Amino acid sequence: MNPAFSVILLTTLLGAGQGLFLALFTAQSYALFDLLPQQDSRSFYASGSLTALALLAAGLGASFFHLGRPERAWRSAAQWRTSWLSRETIVLPAFMALVFLYGVAHWFGWKPVAATLPAGIAIDATLVLGLLGTVLAFLLFLCTAMIYACLPFLREWHSPLTVLNYILLGGSSGFTLATAFAALAGSGLSRFFATWAIILTAAAFVSRGASLLRNARLKPRSTLQTAIGIKHPRIVQTSHGSTGGTFNTREFFHGRTRLFLRSIKWLFLVAVFAAPIPLLAAAMPGPAPAIALLAFAIQYAGLLAERWYFFAEANHPQNLYYQAIA
Amino acid sequence: MTQLALVIDLNVCVGCHACVTSCKQWNTSGAAGPLADFNPYDGDPTGTFFNRVQSFEVGEFPNTQTVHFPKSCLHCEDPPCVPVCPTGASYKRAEDGIVLVDYDKCIGCKYCAWACPYGAREIDESRKVMTKCTLCVDRIYDPALPERERKPACVLACPTSARLFGDIHDPDSAVSQAIRDNAGYALMPEWGTHPANHYLPRRKTQRHVHADELERADNPLKIDGLLPKPAKTEPSLDDVTSW
Repeated sequence: MNPAFSVILLTTLLGAGQGLFLALFTAQSYALFDLLPQQDSRSFYASGSLTALALLAAGLGASFFHLGRPERAWRSAAQWRTSWLSRETIVLPAFMALVFLYGVAHWFGWKPVAATLPAGIAIDATLVLGLLGTVLAFLLFLCTAMIYACLPFLREWHSPLTVLNYILLGGSSGFTLATAFAALAGSGLSRFFATWAIILTAAAFVSRGASLLRNARLKPRSTLQTAIGIKHPRIVQTSHGSTGGTFNTREFFHGRTRLFLRSIKWLFLVAVFAAPIPLLAAAMPGPAPAIALLAFAIQYAGLLAERWYFFAEANHPQNLYYQAIA
Repeated sequence: MTQLALVIDLNVCVGCHACVTSCKQWNTSGAAGPLADFNPYDGDPTGTFFNRVQSFEVGEFPNTQTVHFPKSCLHCEDPPCVPVCPTGASYKRAEDGIVLVDYDKCIGCKYCAWACPYGAREIDESRKVMTKCTLCVDRIYDPALPERERKPACVLACPTSARLFGDIHDPDSAVSQAIRDNAGYALMPEWGTHPANHYLPRRKTQRHVHADELERADNPLKIDGLLPKPAKTEPSLDDVTSW
């Protein structure tokens, strides 16, 4: 496939936004049971939610650049029964609304108690909103990943690992950002977030590595023989049926060399996994916003490369009909 | 249930591209809007086509065959492009099985093109919507046309009648008979899309001459030439066979 920059931005920005929100709510849940110090509602939760919301909004904005007719985007909520893309366009605004409400509830200190746990721990409105947001964050990861994982003949994507990768990569970038955010907000949660960011990044490395290994061993199910239905080991295409390029030659071929592809792969393996982990470890002892921000910047740039590779790696069976380019 | 489809006979297709140009002409002139062309008379021309003819060389010299391969939407009976459409612009008609795009609903997200293993869909870069073969839906039901012209433009244009059009669910239709009698096959059967369009394979008419056929059993001495003319009174060949 030819990677579209709008979709690369969309998926990486959404992932970081979802991850950051999950990080905020994780901190609140820990604080609920007094495992972490309580944080200031405004400077921590509300501004954190605003950051997450900004990332999500940027992702949503990027998605419009992928559409030929963005003014009709509202129609895309129609086919939620069958289409994961449609489900994503419903879940994303819903999730954004909850992040917004979560931030607003924290900002104005709107905390009516909904229930009380046996130990006398009060479950207030922000917790309920956060819990709903968490469910939607995971639903959004599922929808985004299933857009790709549900296509059976794009075999590089058609795997549960795709869903796992989206969750873990989004989570690790979100928690890395949360580390930087906590350091900047002076909340003292840097160490907590950095620990989780390292765990998530390591887990994402295992999962993404597994999908790289899996994809390297894939044998194509369709061949030129099944594509045109002629049984002969030697078939050479002499004409694509067009003088110049077509949509089919532009949309489904990245046009890069094998070497370029391999370089991108190693680049993202270093930038997403190898580089941020020591930086996060270095940011752990005390508030080190610069190091944590650097870790996030490197990891996010790496994720852009990772997503580029994710699209470029997928070999569409229609390419069999364009042998001279393949 | 009706499932309209094309059956393309690779045995008689000569790769003249008449189906391509007639398709383009008909579909660029319709009410649905033009099929855009860019740089048509310049370097690197490109444009939207619903149908293209590709050519393949099968085998190694001297045993080669050039196969011309017309390629358009196969109107799958289980089309993977339809359920993925977020707006419902992509749909399969219940009454005749044609897979269509509603150009007024399409948002141009290209997801359906990703979901088609055959690469049958092309985005129109000028209208910014997904386009594809409609089986000339604006032509095949047009009562203003004479009955014999109510066929897709490509079918009418084909000089060798390599393209047949009809209902593949009707066992007695010409297309069903052609598929049955001439080993019609579907493309990429491994994905379970059940394409409605079928292709008829290259066929060679070969006559096996057995050794005993080279020798006339009724001429053991191998003497060829004029046989002695029978007398008028003797029975003629007709008389002999009428014994």
